[in-house]
Amino acid sequence: MVSLVPKSPCADLLPLAIAETTVSEVVPEAITLVAPFKGKKKTVSDALKAEVGVGFPAPGRMTGKQDARCIWVGPEQALVIGPAVSPDGAAVTDQSDGFAVIQITGPMAANALARLTPIDLRRDHFKPGHTARTLLNHMTCSITRLGAASFEILVFRSMAKTAVHELTEALKLLEGRAKLS
Amino acid sequence: MRITCPYCGERDIREFTYRGHALAIARPAPDAGEAAWDDYLHLRDNPAGATQDLWHHGPCGAWVIVDRDTVTHEVAGSKAVAEVKR
Amino acid sequence: MRLDRSGGDVAPSLSFTFDGETVRARKGETVAAALLANDIRLVGRSFKYHRPRGIWSAGPEEPNALITLGRGAAQTPNQRATVQEVYEGLEVSSQNRWPSLKTDLLSVNDLAAPFLGAGFYYKTFMWPRAFWERVYEPVIRRAAGLGALSGAPDQEPYEKAYAHCDLLVIGSGPSGLMAALVAARAGSDVIVAEQDHALGGRLLAEVEEIDGAPAADWVAAAVAELEAAPNVRVMSRTTVTGVYDQGTYGAIERTAMHVADPGAAPRQTFWRIVAKASILASGAIERGIAFANNDRPGVMAAGAVRAYANRWGVSPGKSVTVFANNDDAHRTARDLAAAGVTVAAVIDPRADAQAIGDYPLFSGAQVTGTTGRLGLTDITIRDASGKDQSVWTDCLAVSGGWNPSVHLTCHMNGRPVWNEDLAAFVPAPDAVPGLFPAGSADGAQSTADCLRTGAEAAIAALEALGQTTEAPALPKAENGFTGHTPFWLVPGKKRAWLDMANDVTVKDVKLAAQENFASVEHMKRYTTQGMAPDQGKNSNVAALAILADATGRTIPQTGTTTFRPPFAPVPLSAMGAGARGKGFAPERFTTSHTATEDLGAPFVEAGLWYRPSYYPRAGETTWRQSCDREVQMVRNAVGVADVSTLGKIDIQGPDAAALLDFVYTNMFSTLKVGKVRYGLMLREDGHVMDDGTTARLGETHYVMTTTTAAAGQVMQHLDFVLQALRPDWDVRIASATEQWAQFAVAGPKARALLDVVLDGPIDWAAWPFMSCGNIGVAGVPGRLFRISFSGEEGFEVAVPARYGEALYRLLLSQASVLGGGPYGMEALNVLRIEKGFITHSEIHGRVTAFDIGMERMISAKKDCIGKTMAARPGLLDPARERLVGLKPTGAVKELTAGAHLFNMGAEAVRLEDQGYITSVCYSPTLGSFLGLGFLKSGPDRIGETVQMVDHLRGVKTEVEVCNPVFFDPEGGRMRG
Ligand SMILES: [Zn+2]
Repeated sequence: MVSLVPKSPCADLLPLAIAETTVSEVVPEAITLVAPFKGKKKTVSDALKAEVGVGFPAPGRMTGKQDARCIWVGPEQALVIGPAVSPDGAAVTDQSDGFAVIQITGPMAANALARLTPIDLRRDHFKPGHTARTLLNHMTCSITRLGAASFEILVFRSMAKTAVHELTEALKLLEGRAKLS
Repeated sequence: MRITCPYCGERDIREFTYRGHALAIARPAPDAGEAAWDDYLHLRDNPAGATQDLWHHGPCGAWVIVDRDTVTHEVAGSKAVAEVKR
Repeated sequence: MRLDRSGGDVAPSLSFTFDGETVRARKGETVAAALLANDIRLVGRSFKYHRPRGIWSAGPEEPNALITLGRGAAQTPNQRATVQEVYEGLEVSSQNRWPSLKTDLLSVNDLAAPFLGAGFYYKTFMWPRAFWERVYEPVIRRAAGLGALSGAPDQEPYEKAYAHCDLLVIGSGPSGLMAALVAARAGSDVIVAEQDHALGGRLLAEVEEIDGAPAADWVAAAVAELEAAPNVRVMSRTTVTGVYDQGTYGAIERTAMHVADPGAAPRQTFWRIVAKASILASGAIERGIAFANNDRPGVMAAGAVRAYANRWGVSPGKSVTVFANNDDAHRTARDLAAAGVTVAAVIDPRADAQAIGDYPLFSGAQVTGTTGRLGLTDITIRDASGKDQSVWTDCLAVSGGWNPSVHLTCHMNGRPVWNEDLAAFVPAPDAVPGLFPAGSADGAQSTADCLRTGAEAAIAALEALGQTTEAPALPKAENGFTGHTPFWLVPGKKRAWLDMANDVTVKDVKLAAQENFASVEHMKRYTTQGMAPDQGKNSNVAALAILADATGRTIPQTGTTTFRPPFAPVPLSAMGAGARGKGFAPERFTTSHTATEDLGAPFVEAGLWYRPSYYPRAGETTWRQSCDREVQMVRNAVGVADVSTLGKIDIQGPDAAALLDFVYTNMFSTLKVGKVRYGLMLREDGHVMDDGTTARLGETHYVMTTTTAAAGQVMQHLDFVLQALRPDWDVRIASATEQWAQFAVAGPKARALLDVVLDGPIDWAAWPFMSCGNIGVAGVPGRLFRISFSGEEGFEVAVPARYGEALYRLLLSQASVLGGGPYGMEALNVLRIEKGFITHSEIHGRVTAFDIGMERMISAKKDCIGKTMAARPGLLDPARERLVGLKPTGAVKELTAGAHLFNMGAEAVRLEDQGYITSVCYSPTLGSFLGLGFLKSGPDRIGETVQMVDHLRGVKTEVEVCNPVFFDPEGGRMRG
């Protein structure tokens, strides 16, 4: 019997490091889109807490931590990143293979993103645990701040190469700029 | 230009798509008659001043009604279509 | 010449070239300062008359000293010598001269000046009309010009970036610095944007004291405080170029234009800055006075002359004269005299003018002319008694007063207002929401006033942001030199220049008025005043004053033209930074991309996706050979194609069926679990939006398939229906396109191939046509759909995308055993045309369900989007252009997509048009070209022969109208 060998979205692309800033791929156990049905948000949030210990997030927020986290991605929609979940009362869609999950960490991380996304990334406005549905240049994405100098970016799997290209170009220019003075 | 998505907050115009006047959310009944349907689909005022736009916030999927002034470009406010229709 | 100043000044340490000649310079100097230090006054030729021109200003408003940097692909034309910093090895070239700056043959234009006045081109190059483009324009373009691009793509890196702040301070002179300090101390998040490399503005150019110490000390302390503040971001070499709605500002940063080896750094960065409020502290620009031959190299702005002396230790002349109507300009005489430069005369038209130093003052006097072929040598002074005398001078410092830099306040339609006391336009109140003008940009005339208004503007801006701030103690500063009397021109017959950048004279403006181009907007376009690279920064107000005088109106009655963005030129390469090549648009790749590349398949773009066109094999030399083989392979064995690019929308919830019934014309609530149905989706205007199959996976769970092109549009449409039309429905939708890698397996041996790949054994009787379900695929949980877009027995097998590449390679290796293999978009297209299946070539936005013969798919039992409007009589007229199949029957056995159809014997003109062809292919199955198209009353004309004419490609033939399903019309093959 043949078996199929899995391949992650950024398998041929990451990791890389430019200007002391690293770009790496995260391959979570599962990514599950959870969309509570009408009036079920509380039920679903409780179910998620019971299942993986994270509640359903408010708009623009992440709940949980690295091993199990839940990020808001739209009205009544959140992605659970970590163990697979199947709470009652919600439309549950497996998206484990739908996204490239890219983390960028280091001194140039925020500056690189400021080349690509129009959102306000200032630390007082976009704190660790904040997440935004926005653009990464021309691509729709989610950006979540994990730490002072660490962000997680989700783009559609098919655009992984372009996302890595954009981040690489931004970092190269920043590295060049840093060498000026 | 900046528009506030009721879910995501104030964002740059490039995250939105303009989708005409907000009256598009008031779909006539199937038997409302030719005039009502013609009005709904084709006829739009062209005000110098206050107007209500329909915008789609692509990144989160929200349809948004934006109160805007065509003369001053002031954006007075916005609300989620889903909330208005509720 | 360089001044011998005590202290600080270092010897020139670097060299650059100007038109090939080596020039020695000091680090931190502008090209203009270095040229003047080396007594180079002639730097360019004027736009129209090719007059010798020199440096006028010391800032970005420079009208004359436009230069080209570098050579070849990276050459950057039209840079300002007064802005560009020198660096070792910099190559600078002058512009608009041939063969050289000193001997410019086109300066004959100057001799023809009597004929070349305003409106000359409009009046002269009228006839013959055919000469407009072929003769006149090329000749005029060659003669009148600026620097040129190389014509080769610029490979230098540029950058775009976003920044956000509470308060944007535009400019860093005394008012900008003071505003920034107040806001910074209040804890506000501040960006200071300064076009120069150093902060300080005019304070760097003046001899002044603040709080009893040199102004430079105060600047240094302020800058140190700002740079140390964590809430302040100082952006030097950054010019704010535009103001846009809701506090968005455009700015251009000359990031690496000042270094010899920029490496990987961006040459320039285009910033979009979002600020809750801003302080406009952009200063003021000195204006000239119009008098005969006031454009010679050596005639300069008075403020610029002392800026060169005070800031860079350079005197633009050995014997300097000053011609000014204001006290401020007397500082030029004072400062240069103090630096040991001869000040030969100060000419002030005001009878009561007072000297502020030891220099000869001619009060009540005027400068009536100048001499000097390639640079100023003498001026003629007419003294108060009317007597003329000639004075030797190589630099005449001119000042007609200062114009506040109101430009940014006009970007949102604000009109500046005339201030009679200042004889200048000042910003209109609230011209830009959230923008607070301060300092000389707002009409302040002294350093003390600038500091005060800077602080006040910051307090007002912070208050607008909801923050109360104490007024700071203001530093003690200079409060004099404010006297002035408006004085625009010295009357005379000779040419007196207003707009040096575009060679517009006083006479041109008067001519415009005389020929009734009396509106300021007409005058501007007739004379081109204000339309040069400096955008009238130097000349607008003077031109307006002269137009007002010529038309007997006041300046406010005459009005002013609008300043539009950008305030300073922004290279397109910066605006479009990162958008070339791979940055132009995202590329979407399927999981089979690498394997497909390995097979040498050329790709075709489908939206953002890259899909294989065909898979060439050894011996195949044309795409048609590969395509024909692939079609036959599917018809006779089995073919595999990646169909993951089709949109997949997961629909769940109690009202999922209701949603589908509403967005599709046909019923989905009646579809049984485990079944798939073709659906047609209309726009509300009754025309077809998209089509595709939808599978019912569970009682309240469907998966909708959209076409590749319309996936985003359909998702947005469903969002609209659920949020705006039926928010009462309990349904959740999600794009699942990227989760699944999905492959079509089609052909008589499709089952045989799947038998090897699927976790078996499979009971194929349980998988009839249009069934679906979960299934194990080589040990992985997948989905199987029995659907066909080829007309053969077909399946689509889906696995989570991580397994896509592996499954694709497995399918191909197993297919080859069965005589099958991959097929590309070309073969896919042939297969579907043979079956008469439509794509967006047919449902192109202007066709109805009726037009494609699917009107019966609009269910009578329910409402759906588009149903009401699709029933309009005009959309159900049998005479409409309707879908038909077409086959060539004439001498030419070819069809072309886009060709039009005409009745036999009719002339192939628009009025006779009967329809058009949307899709064509060569069918190896039927041995003929086949086409789909739309023909008036089409289905009623089966069997008829019409003409096909393709005017574009010059193809003409006769075609037979047929049923659009050419192959296996009963569908026996696909049902199996
Ligand atoms: Zn949003």
